[in-house]
Amino acid sequence: MLELKNIKKQFSGRTILDNFNMQVPDNQITTIVGPSGAGKTTLLRCISGLEKTNSGSFILDGKSFDPANNRDNDNVIGVVFQDFQLFPNLTVLDNITLAPQLVLKQSKKESEKQAQKLIDQLNLTGKESLYPYELSGGQKQRVAIVRALAMNPKILCYDEPTSALDPDLRHTVENIILGLKKDNMTQIVVTHDMEFAKNIADQIVRVEPIKA
Amino acid sequence: MLHYVSEILPSLLSGAWMTINIFFWTLIASIPLGILGSLGLTSKIAPLRWILKFYVWLMRGTPLLLQLIFVFYGLPIVGIIFQRYDAALFAFILNYTAYFAEIFRGGFQAIDPGQFESARVLRLTRGQTLIKIVIPQVVKIVVPSIGNETINLIKDSSLVYVIGLGDLLRAGNVATARDVTLLPLVLVGIIYLLMTAVATFVLRKVEQHYRAWR
Ligand SMILES: Nc1ncnc2c1ncn2[C@@H]1O[C@H](COP(=O)(O)OP(=O)(O)OP(=O)(O)O)[C@@H](O)[C@H]1O
Ligand SMILES: [Mg+2]
Repeated sequence: MLELKNIKKQFSGRTILDNFNMQVPDNQITTIVGPSGAGKTTLLRCISGLEKTNSGSFILDGKSFDPANNRDNDNVIGVVFQDFQLFPNLTVLDNITLAPQLVLKQSKKESEKQAQKLIDQLNLTGKESLYPYELSGGQKQRVAIVRALAMNPKILCYDEPTSALDPDLRHTVENIILGLKKDNMTQIVVTHDMEFAKNIADQIVRVEPIKA
Repeated sequence: MLHYVSEILPSLLSGAWMTINIFFWTLIASIPLGILGSLGLTSKIAPLRWILKFYVWLMRGTPLLLQLIFVFYGLPIVGIIFQRYDAALFAFILNYTAYFAEIFRGGFQAIDPGQFESARVLRLTRGQTLIKIVIPQVVKIVVPSIGNETINLIKDSSLVYVIGLGDLLRAGNVATARDVTLLPLVLVGIIYLLMTAVATFVLRKVEQHYRAWR
């Protein structure tokens, strides 16, 4: 379980998150909802270590943990960005296997074997040698998910996974997230879509804007 | 006429060889230096940024011809003496590094910051991110501008004439003055055209290579 305790985050003196507390239980789906500008993306960026918090602590399975400094830790947080941020110069397969090879020191064969399993699981079979520009939005997102999963994260985070997609794909995203839950993946999903949140969530966390 | 051509061709070709030498070594040195320079131009360390900005401003704001004369005829006055060839290379590398640094800076700034973040959450190091992800994208962006500068460099290399290096242009000029005929200069023009044609062809190939992805 990941716990956030008294997290405070300011941008040049402006407080976005103040004394924020939350628990992310294992193998569950935690959704984060709230109005635009409330700080949902900021919260996710703090959890994934892309922003440093001003104060407060992260506790992972009872041990203190600094996401902004997790280079040498075990793999903890995976991220699926709102705009996916695939690497345009690499094929689908290379997008997925790059980090396992360079960071986890997996062999080419090993990383490709693991990638292929995830590729098949997320219905991307046959797309391995395509470049990101040749994929649809939904396919790009699935590649982004596979790329994050290939690093064996404890927790997978999504920022607005439905926002860049056709509305009819929302259901597919729900199924993917619920499918990963069956595989015991812990997931944090930021969304402003209440219905989507209700459909997938074990727990809904609200982020409210702070009045200045 | 063919006889005359075959008579002067060896000296023209040896001049062309000098031109190709200057061209080749300038490119080989100033492209990597330009990449380093562009990293400095976008660095968080302000003094480094200022120094490099000043350098780029100076190199791009003054004629290459002046820089060449300055290095070869000027610097010896303060005790820094270069051989002709070294002076030419030194001035060309300094000058072209500045142009390339500026081009690469533009390329780096065109990269979505999300690419760095995406690499970061995958825990790639900064070096891995640059080499595997960012630089290939930057190169794709800058290939056309680098190409223009490369063609310019072939022609600019004729400026070494002023410091007395035996390049292609000098070889042609010497023959024209000696034999009172236009032919050597026409041949010089043709050889320059051939060289720019080869460079253009190579650049097309490089561009095609980078067209595999968008
Ligand atoms: N890098 C930054 N520098 C300064 N202010 C920022 C920065 N990033 C976000 N903010 C501010 O923090 C606040 C919260 O932004 P955030 O993007 O977290 O909101 P959000 O809840 O994700 O909104 P949305 O639903 O529109 O995506 C906003 O007021 C925003 O202007
Ligand atoms: Mg947001």
